[in-house]
Amino acid sequence: MNRDTRRRILSHVVITLCGMAILVALVPLVLVLFHVISQGISSLNFAFFTEMPRPVGEPGGGMANAIAGSLIVTLLGAVFAIPIGVMSGIYAAEYSGTRIAGAVRFAADTLNGVPSIVIGVFVYTIAVLPFRSFSALAGGLALGIMMIPLIMRTTEELLRLVPPTLREGALALGATRARAVFTVVVPAALPGILTGILLALARIAGETAPLLFTAFNNRFWSTDVTQPISTLTVQVFTYAIAPYEDWHRQAWAGALVLVMMVFICSLLARLATARMERMQRGG
Amino acid sequence: MTLVHTSVPALAVPPRDAPLEPWQRPVAIDVERLNFFYGAKRALEDISVRISSHLVTAFIGPSGCGKSTFLRTLNRMNDIIPGTRVEGKVLIEGRDIYAPGTDVVALRRRVGMVFQKSNPFPKTIFENVAYGVRINGLTRSRAELEERVEESLQSAAIWDEVKDRLHDSALALSGGQQQRLCIARALAIRPEILLMDEPASALDPIATQRIEELIYSLKSSYTIVIVTHNMQQAARVSDRTAFFWLGRLIEYGATDRIFTNPAEKLTEDYVTGRFG
Repeated sequence: MNRDTRRRILSHVVITLCGMAILVALVPLVLVLFHVISQGISSLNFAFFTEMPRPVGEPGGGMANAIAGSLIVTLLGAVFAIPIGVMSGIYAAEYSGTRIAGAVRFAADTLNGVPSIVIGVFVYTIAVLPFRSFSALAGGLALGIMMIPLIMRTTEELLRLVPPTLREGALALGATRARAVFTVVVPAALPGILTGILLALARIAGETAPLLFTAFNNRFWSTDVTQPISTLTVQVFTYAIAPYEDWHRQAWAGALVLVMMVFICSLLARLATARMERMQRGG
Repeated sequence: MTLVHTSVPALAVPPRDAPLEPWQRPVAIDVERLNFFYGAKRALEDISVRISSHLVTAFIGPSGCGKSTFLRTLNRMNDIIPGTRVEGKVLIEGRDIYAPGTDVVALRRRVGMVFQKSNPFPKTIFENVAYGVRINGLTRSRAELEERVEESLQSAAIWDEVKDRLHDSALALSGGQQQRLCIARALAIRPEILLMDEPASALDPIATQRIEELIYSLKSSYTIVIVTHNMQQAARVSDRTAFFWLGRLIEYGATDRIFTNPAEKLTEDYVTGRFG
């Protein structure tokens, strides 16, 4: 067997292995999606989105309060996390060589690795105990704390990808450093930062553990952020561990809605990025 | 090192179109014994040079000779590179730009720069040109701003190509157009001096020719300093040429003389293509 043949065979083997790895990686995703859709679709109807949960034994009803609650809590999380995450990301990118930036980066990576239940307990002690009440705000704070490192690191990475010549161009026109960053560098990285934010949202929208001790749950319709609030994840959890067949079906439907929300978020991220990039490129 | 100012013997009455000799021209930039360090490495050694106003001065030399570094010391663009240090003086209108308390923003407004790789902002054509005008608060009304943008695009010889799509993205322009846009952007803040760092090195011959014609048309209004590794370009566009080698200024004088009758052996070897 000559060298060329050997090289061709090796190339085929490696490509086949890579292809198989992709399949293996996709199998769980497809299985989860298939399972959630097949189990959830039968219990999913219009009422699920518009009606409140019914008492045990009474069939039907929906999770309107939990869907609204999930949106509210996730939004609160975003309100906490976006300014802090983006600003600290800008700092870490701008002063990337300094010791403080290194410390900030290390802190963010550590925070990223903290188990979400720990964040839940932490927020419980600082935002639930003092007010003697679970609240949507506390839930949002917990989710926000989880989002900060995600947003910070994507912001930093994307700012570093902006060609230094753009910043130089702005400085050469008499821009101060801050001005160059905020009027040229950040806008250039904005599509990517936006994607990072939406992906972080999608990621934390599915969190349950940090909400157990913070947003708790609420059987009633509530949009008061100082009161406990129902969320899809906690509701699915509660229904799934309950002994009632009808609640199990509802939990599957809730899981399906959750997956759809995350999917839409990711899709929006892609579309928004593509659109903004097209606008910048002017194609 | 020796700074060679030798030149063709001055005629009693210079021919009408002949550029004035350096000492007969007002000096725009006066550099005295400039040293530049990247960390411990000395990248520029004792550079002294007088750049005459309203002429095109070309810096030539092989890669890594310090010509770009030197250009960037003239608007303190090297400030943003950590670990760099400058010694010596750069006098612009008699004031040392490295003196403590110098307003770098004001300096860069007077000393514009065009970069090797065109770097339009990811904004519209209009916003690119308006950027410097806006951040420096140079116009008072929208009409005045629009006028300034049009005038700058016209000076940069790109107005006719973009006048119907001022609000399209600048990134949709061709490479040569982008570079002329960047020149327009630099002109919009009405600098006195324009530094150009190999402005045509990434462009095709036709786009390069347009940039060269543009440089020629701009020199009546601006003092232009251009770095180029293209000797033909230096010969075509410049009045004065400075030859750099290993961080030193080897020879500086009228372009014609540098290319036809250099005083230094190194210069001769370089301009005749024996190295570089």
